[in-house]
Order: sequence, then C-alpha cells, then structure tokens
Amino acid sequence: MPDQRKKLVEVQDLTVQFGSRRHPFTAVDHASFHIYQGETFGLVGESGSGKTTIGRAIIRIHPTASGKVLFDGKQINGPISRELDREVTRRIQMIFQDPMSSLNERAKVDYIVSEGLYAPGRKISEAQRREMVDKALCDVGLLPEFASRFPHEFSGGQRQRIGIARALIMEPDFIIADEPISALDVSIRAQVLNLLSQLQKERGLTYLFIAHDLSVVRFICDRIAVIHKGKIVELAESEELFAHPLHPYTRALLSAIPQPDPIAERNKKLLVYDPACHRYSETNRPGWEEILPGHFVLASREELEEYRELL
Amino acid sequence: MGEQLQNPILSIEDLNVKFTLRGQVLHAIRGVSLDVHPGESIAIVGESGSGKSVFVKCTMGLLDANGQITGGAIRYNGMDLTSFRTDEDWLKIRGREIAMVFQDPMTSLNPLKTIGKQIQEAVELHQGLKGAAAYRAVLEVLSDVGIDDAPRRYKQYPHEFSGGMRQRVVIAIAVACRPRILICDEPTTALDVTIQTQILELIKAMQKKYNLTTIYITHDLGVVANVADRIAVMYAGDIVEVGTCEEVFYDPRHPYTWALLSSLPQLGVKNEPLYAIQGTPPNLFHEIRGDAFAPRNPRALKIDFLERPPMFAVTQTHKARTWLLDPRAPQVAPPEHIRALREKGGNPYA
Ligand SMILES: Nc1ncnc2c1ncn2[C@@H]1O[C@H](COP(=O)(O)OP(=O)(O)OP(=O)(O)O)[C@@H](O)[C@H]1O
Ligand SMILES: Nc1ncnc2c1ncn2[C@@H]1O[C@H](COP(=O)(O)OP(=O)(O)OP(=O)(O)O)[C@@H](O)[C@H]1O
Ligand SMILES: [Mg+2]
Ligand SMILES: [Mg+2]
Repeated sequence: MPDQRKKLVEVQDLTVQFGSRRHPFTAVDHASFHIYQGETFGLVGESGSGKTTIGRAIIRIHPTASGKVLFDGKQINGPISRELDREVTRRIQMIFQDPMSSLNERAKVDYIVSEGLYAPGRKISEAQRREMVDKALCDVGLLPEFASRFPHEFSGGQRQRIGIARALIMEPDFIIADEPISALDVSIRAQVLNLLSQLQKERGLTYLFIAHDLSVVRFICDRIAVIHKGKIVELAESEELFAHPLHPYTRALLSAIPQPDPIAERNKKLLVYDPACHRYSETNRPGWEEILPGHFVLASREELEEYRELL
Repeated sequence: MGEQLQNPILSIEDLNVKFTLRGQVLHAIRGVSLDVHPGESIAIVGESGSGKSVFVKCTMGLLDANGQITGGAIRYNGMDLTSFRTDEDWLKIRGREIAMVFQDPMTSLNPLKTIGKQIQEAVELHQGLKGAAAYRAVLEVLSDVGIDDAPRRYKQYPHEFSGGMRQRVVIAIAVACRPRILICDEPTTALDVTIQTQILELIKAMQKKYNLTTIYITHDLGVVANVADRIAVMYAGDIVEVGTCEEVFYDPRHPYTWALLSSLPQLGVKNEPLYAIQGTPPNLFHEIRGDAFAPRNPRALKIDFLERPPMFAVTQTHKARTWLLDPRAPQVAPPEHIRALREKGGNPYA
C-alpha cells in the first residue's frame, strides 16, 4: 500500500559545513529524512552530533553546503523569494535548548512573546497584538498578567512555556523543539511534554523533537532518527527502533538509558560504540538501506546481511 | 544490614539552616537528620529548590554569607562541624576529608592553567609528592579517569576538553586529594546519557579503588538506581523518605516519592499524558504547617494540613515522614505506576 501521508518537511542529502572553505568542518553529512504532517519526529544523538545544526539549517539560520530542504513541497534552502521567506519565517518556529539563556533578559514577556509579529509586512494593531499575547500565554497555561514581568522572575518550567508561547503566537504548522526539557527539573519535564502533545492534538502541529535522552523520545515520538557525528545512522518508527535496534551506535545509546529499577540497572550491560568496528574501506562502503519498510540503516553489504539475522 | 551496625562516618542531627534575604527569613533546611555509613553510596534526590545543595554545603562550610546554621549538629570524626567558625578550621576538612564535585565543571577548573598543572597541585598538596613522582601520579590519575594519551593531555587547557572530559578531570582532582567522603552535586545533569553513564561508572570505580564514601545529589530518581546503596528523598527542606535503593524504588511510602517516580518518562504510556505533579513547592519564607507536600497531594488526609508527621519506621533501614504510616491512617494504595514498577521488578520494558 503506498503511503498516503503528506510529507510536510523533506530533507534530502543535506550537508552543512563550518569553518573556512579551505578547512571546512562538516557538521551535517548527507542527511536525508522527511517528516509527515502531524507527526512528531525525533532526532537523537550525543552532544556535538549536529542535531541543532540540522534544525538551524531548516529555519535558514545556517546556509547549506549541498542538498535540499523542502517545506510543503517547496525548496526553502538557498536563495528564495522574499514572499516565501516570509511564509517560512511564520510557519516554522523553533523552541530553544536552554530556557535560562534563550530569552532576552531585558525585555518584558509581552515583547518577547510578540517579537515575531513585528516582522515587516505584517500590519497588526496594538489592541490585536495585546489580544494575541494574552491568548498565547493562556494557551501555555500562564496568566495574562505575566506579560508585564521580566524573564528572571520565572521558574525554569515557566520560562520554557514563555518560549513555547513565543512560537505559538505565529500560528506555525511546524515546530522545531530543540531539547525543550533537558535543562528542566524532572517534575516540570512532564508538564512541558504534556503541553506539547496537547497542543499537537488541538492544532495538528508537526514537531521535530531534538533530544539526547531516548527515554523521553520514545515516549513522545512517532519516528526516530539517530545521528552520530553528522551522519544519520538509523531511522525507524519508535517502537520498531526499540524492538530492533540494528546500528551499533543505536544499540549503545539504548543501553545507556537509565532505568528507574535497581535490579535491571545492576544487570545492565553497557555497550560502547567503537566506530572502528565497521571496517569500512574503498570497496566496503556503507549505504543508506531500507532493511524493512520504513526502517533505514547506514550499512555495508556485509553488515546488512548481519543485521537481517537480528530481525 | 551489617553496615548499619557500624558507626556512621558522618552524622547529621536535626539540622536547621536559615537564609536572610532583604529582611525576610527563608527556612531552607527544616530539621534534617541523616547518618552516612563508611563506604556506602547514598543519593539525595528532590526537585529544584528542595535544599539538596544547601544541605551538603553545610558539611564543608560553604554556606553563602547570608545563611546560618540555626540548630542541630554535624558530627564527623569526633568533631561537631557546626562549631567551626574560621577558614582554618575548615581547611582541615575541605578537600582532604570531604571533597565535592560540582554540576558545572567549568566553575571548578581554572581556564588559564593546564589540566596537568591543576591536578598536580592537588597531588602535591595532599599526597606530599614532588617533581617527577608528582608528575607520574598525575599521569596515573588521568588514566584512572579514562583519559588516554595522558602526557599530551597534561599540557592542554580546559577549553580543549569536551564537557564530559572536563567533568572527569574535576573528579580526578577531587580523588587525588584522597578524601574519605566524595560529594557529587548533580555531576551529570549537563551531560548526555552516554557520557552520563560513563561518569557514574567512573565514580563507582573510584569509590571501590579508594574506598570512598559517596554522596550523590540529583533531581532525577531514574539516574540513581544504578549507583546508590541508599536513597534519601528531600522535599521543601526536609528528608521525607529514606531507605535502601530497593525499598525506595519497589516499596516507596511517601506520596511525594510516588509523585517523583510517577513523573519519570520511562514509566509513561504512549499517547497518554505523563503524570505531572500539580502546583508548586511551598514558599519557604512562610512557616510550613503539617506535611509540606499536602497542598499538592490529591489524596492528602485532614491531619496532613495540621500537624507535621513524625518519621515512621517501615523496616530497620526504611523510614518515611507521612501520616499514612500511622496505625490510625486509612489504607491508601500507591498509584498504579508504582505498583507496576514493583511487579515488573527488574524489567521495566517487559
Ligand atoms: N556556528 C558554528 N561555528 C562553528 N562550528 C559550529 C557552529 N555551530 C555548531 N558547530 C559545530 O558543529 C557540530 C555540531 O554542533 P550542534 O550544535 O549541531 O550539536 P548538537 O547535536 O546540537 O549538540 P548538543 O547536544 O550539545 O546541543 C559541533 O562540532 C559544533 O562544535
Ligand atoms: N544564598 C541564599 N540566599 C537565599 N536563599 C537561598 C540561598 N541559597 C539557597 N537558597 C534557597 O534555599 C533553598 C534550597 O536551595 P538549594 O540550592 O539547596 O536547592 P537544590 O535542592 O540544590 O536545588 P537545585 O536542584 O535547583 O540545585 C531554595 O529555596 C533556595 O532559593
Ligand atoms: Mg544542540
Ligand atoms: Mg543544587
């Protein structure tokens, strides 16, 4: 049966580089994936693997070295028309990693939340703007009175809600949530995760959810891509990935999940990923292979045979 | 258990700490008692602001200037540390008897000195080694904490290390002082899970090798299942439950411990909201009446709002400060998640 779902975001062979042209550093290396409308797509990997860079390339903060990013069928990386730029700026929003440092400390919540509305080409009356701020704050469970306060007067969870209100006010279709809960206390994490899934149900939002903690990602994502040093090494539906992790890096990540269970923890076998284990060479190169419908893995011919045995 | 019969290495009794802030008084630690036994590893768990850091800072004389111990005792090696007044007193303890690893490794490393020099200073000061012997000791320490290519690493500066490696160096420095007690305040919160697990393994290995007593501080109960022999759960400046790791995970008794466990995403059910604790922690500027968790506890009893519960013993090693353990209290079963954890015991993904 052909897949009927609409692809809202398509990332094709994306490469992002930093540094000088003569000494480039490849932060994202030929990454490909797509995100269906209405789904939550997880991107996990260790610190420095390129997760944030992918998010920032999609919202056009970082230029791309090669490859394509399509949004709603239209290419949005590289030079695009001013109209399309405006459309993308509104429809794609990002929630940032650290709620403690991502808000402008000198601005009041009112300004922080509605900053995006001041973009050129949007004519909104002061009364309308006010109303929209009030509504956005209510949507994330904050009081309209908070608009006149400064960020430092809020707790971590409240600050993260301010960050979410700031994204919602633009009425986006697609939200990139970059580690939205990593910096939060456990007891607040649950609140923020619940808020994100409630908003998704109400508005049919699509999420790219970036994290390093697989236990959280499993809980909220429909599909998960695992990234290691700029390369996506595996991609599958969440439950499939947990049931049949194939790539040794995915298996190492899964083995590290802390379990709230002393007996399981004591018997746990920690797997360490050694990139040398692949023995890749000129003649033995890895490719991006669909081993089962919807389950992709970066593997050489030989490895593919081994992985088939594991299924 | 055998270790319970030994004398504690550190014994805290009815500790009270208050801060003065703009003329107002904040009661941060409200009568906490805890015995730490030699060689054990104990975890102190609780949400942000519950008083975990303040509690352990008292044992090293590191309380902020506006804070004061207003009651209780901290006994270590025949001394009551609450009577210490001068930095000279504390220098006998800090580093050499009790050492601490902080959450952010950058705050404890000097960015202008090489990693090797910083470890060497600790080695020279605390192990009395000099010159080539001290240098060799530094190389050993570096390989102890899993940093390869030690001679090259010796000459590097903190910014040339990744976050996880810096935290290893901080642990290396703490251990090089040969303390008897190692306190780790959120040693892994800033790190990703793979590195987090490696750091916890490292601390465990150091504990074995140097026969350390360790105190871990974290807000994440999920993280300590692996490393703790015992767990103390803190809420609003008070220890509300303490027990062995198994007792706290498989048979928790305080409603706050239930809530903390229930909100772990590992226990969530897909497509259903995660359990989230309602409300906010109490304002410590106000005197607290009754059980501090009562306003957020949907099944609180009437007495919870009136009188502070005493510590009830569940077993010899397990105690909780909740009226639910009073013989007159109605039977209240823990939430379903928690029972499930016990039943599945040993395999949460079964
Ligand atoms: N503006 C930049 N200039 C130069 N290098 C950069 C820049 N931004 C990121 N990098 C590098 O690109 C790589 C990927 O970084 P990125 O921030 O995407 O990682 P991440 O997966 O989000 O990590 P974390 O989990 O720590 O947030 C890293 O090696 C980083 O040092
Ligand atoms: N110097 C200070 N002046 C006033 N209040 C303080 C001071 N230091 C700590 N407090 C208060 O004491 C209480 C306990 O703080 P503490 O830092 O011990 O919390 P914690 O449990 O370590 O939290 P976290 O997980 O966020 O580190 C908090 O209410 C805090 O605001
Ligand atoms: Mg990032
Ligand atoms: Mg603290």
